[in-house]
Amino acid sequence: MNKLALASLMILLGLAVPHLAEAVGDPFLTTMATRMAIMGMAVASLGFLVGFAGLVSFGHAAFFGIGAYVVAILFKHHSEASPIPFLPFAWEGSLSGMVQLPLAFIASFLFALLVGALSLRTRGVFFIMITLAFAQMLYHFMISLPDYGGEDGLSIWERSQVPGLDLYNDYDFYYLCFGLLVGVLLLLRMIIHSSFGVIIRAASQDEARLATLGVPVFRYRLLAFALAGGIAGLSGALAANLYEFSGPGLMHWSRSGEMLVMLILGGMGSLFGGVAGAIMFIGLEEILAGWTEHWALILGPILIMVVLFAHGGLMGFFSRGRS
Amino acid sequence: MDSILLIEQSLNGLQLGMMLFLLASGLTLTFGIMGIINLAHGVTYMLGAYIAASVMAATSSFLLAVLAGMGFAGLMGLLMEFTILRRLYERDHLDQVLATFGIILVANEATKMVFGPQALFMAPPEYLNKSIQLADGLQYPLYRLVIILVGLLVVLGLRHLILNTKLGMLIRAGATHRATVAAMGVNIAQVFTLVFGLGALLAGLAGAMAAPLLAVQVGMGENILILTFVVIIIGGLGSVRGAFAGAMLVGLVDTFGRAILPLLLAAILPPETASGLGNSLSDIAIYLLMAVVLIIRPEGLFMIKGKR
Repeated sequence: MNKLALASLMILLGLAVPHLAEAVGDPFLTTMATRMAIMGMAVASLGFLVGFAGLVSFGHAAFFGIGAYVVAILFKHHSEASPIPFLPFAWEGSLSGMVQLPLAFIASFLFALLVGALSLRTRGVFFIMITLAFAQMLYHFMISLPDYGGEDGLSIWERSQVPGLDLYNDYDFYYLCFGLLVGVLLLLRMIIHSSFGVIIRAASQDEARLATLGVPVFRYRLLAFALAGGIAGLSGALAANLYEFSGPGLMHWSRSGEMLVMLILGGMGSLFGGVAGAIMFIGLEEILAGWTEHWALILGPILIMVVLFAHGGLMGFFSRGRS
Repeated sequence: MDSILLIEQSLNGLQLGMMLFLLASGLTLTFGIMGIINLAHGVTYMLGAYIAASVMAATSSFLLAVLAGMGFAGLMGLLMEFTILRRLYERDHLDQVLATFGIILVANEATKMVFGPQALFMAPPEYLNKSIQLADGLQYPLYRLVIILVGLLVVLGLRHLILNTKLGMLIRAGATHRATVAAMGVNIAQVFTLVFGLGALLAGLAGAMAAPLLAVQVGMGENILILTFVVIIIGGLGSVRGAFAGAMLVGLVDTFGRAILPLLLAAILPPETASGLGNSLSDIAIYLLMAVVLIIRPEGLFMIKGKR
């Protein structure tokens, strides 16, 4: 089966999810698929960084959290009709998804630009740890803001208003997340095959050679890092709508670790690996949690087995099986 | 800030630093020699604490509790190395992260099943549970002084082990020239297992010593693990000397941040806001320290040559 046919099949399957859920009489499956699409988007952006740019970020949850907080803060100020502090102009937030979602992307993009500018001076394990450090700083910073819920986080009583869609309708919400996921995957695919993508992939293999050719590697990497951060922010904004909540826990290092685990589980060689990992991780969690409360006792050994015996993750396993 | 408070906080910082060193020395050695990122290092710390608290409750012998915690943690470390980690030495760091994350899931859940979801508490033994007079107006808990002392003994012991023994020679050689050491007929796998067991033993000691100071609960390992990683990154991966310097630096910065920042903020903010903000900002202080160290010296303070 060629790649195009496979992708079309996946998209058709994705479109059919709510109808399949109804057919088996379990509408909750649609909400689970929404969670998968949201996490899939965040993990795919991480996969773009790790698998293609060779940058292992251990702080990706920070960008996810920023996106969630953008939605929560805009909602809070809108509902209280209070101006947002530290803005050069008076603005009382917004409920419109056409404002919240792009702003979530932009805010995470800008923060990632800042973190990247400082972190990209280091390599390897040190890059892993410095991205972790920045994410933890943000985590503790959000806890220190009592106006925005501090440790408890912020509840959201009204989901984003998106023209033509009702986010309180599970189908509408799912199709929004699924549509954005497909859009993000197409965008990342386009980028990877562009000259920009060629450069960041080459830089992960031989940075010195590229630098000798006069390519400003740092700038390309920075842009890739910021873009991945922005996408994580977008998915965080969707998650805030789903949970109707944003809190510092979303940024905790264990969430960044979980994203990496999903990515490794799915495999890093392809863009879809991240999505596959998110689907598998969330699916396993749901199935095992319904089966026994001690699901971690089963999930843990599965992760270890994947590392020891299915090198290259789920996608690697399948592509080996095919060839 | 007067001198009494200054001394008291310095001792607190030293005590936290010693605790971090017990954990960091094992983590930095396993990374330095075997090149393995072991997220499950915190698990041995947690197990040390749980076993110590249970043995203390059963026998009320503190010495026995600490020895049992240490021993059990060391054994679990050997078991982990022997069954799983040994297969991951040549692998990518990401594989190590995934596998050790799996170990954390299993260990935490199993601990919850065996000991129950509630936190355990452990009182320090009668003979250590008092304060002693260090100077005029300076009372300090004896138990915390004992921790500092135990930490110092471990520092000296490790120094002797690494600089003056055959095993130490192999550890140092293995950290920089692994292939050469193996080519000279040394059973490097055995050295790895020993070092790993030693690291787990020290983590268990840290857990057992920490048990009377905090609530013994699932997740305690992961919280301190991140601090430990900060320590070994600041110190330079693979360097025990660096781990010591990093541990002291982090211990002191964290303690003084907690003591001084709320006071400074109280001068400009209302007291409630100041104490909350001060606490969070001092949580940030150590990460800021790490970021600054990495930006100025991207490979830590005491980097071993050729390790990344």
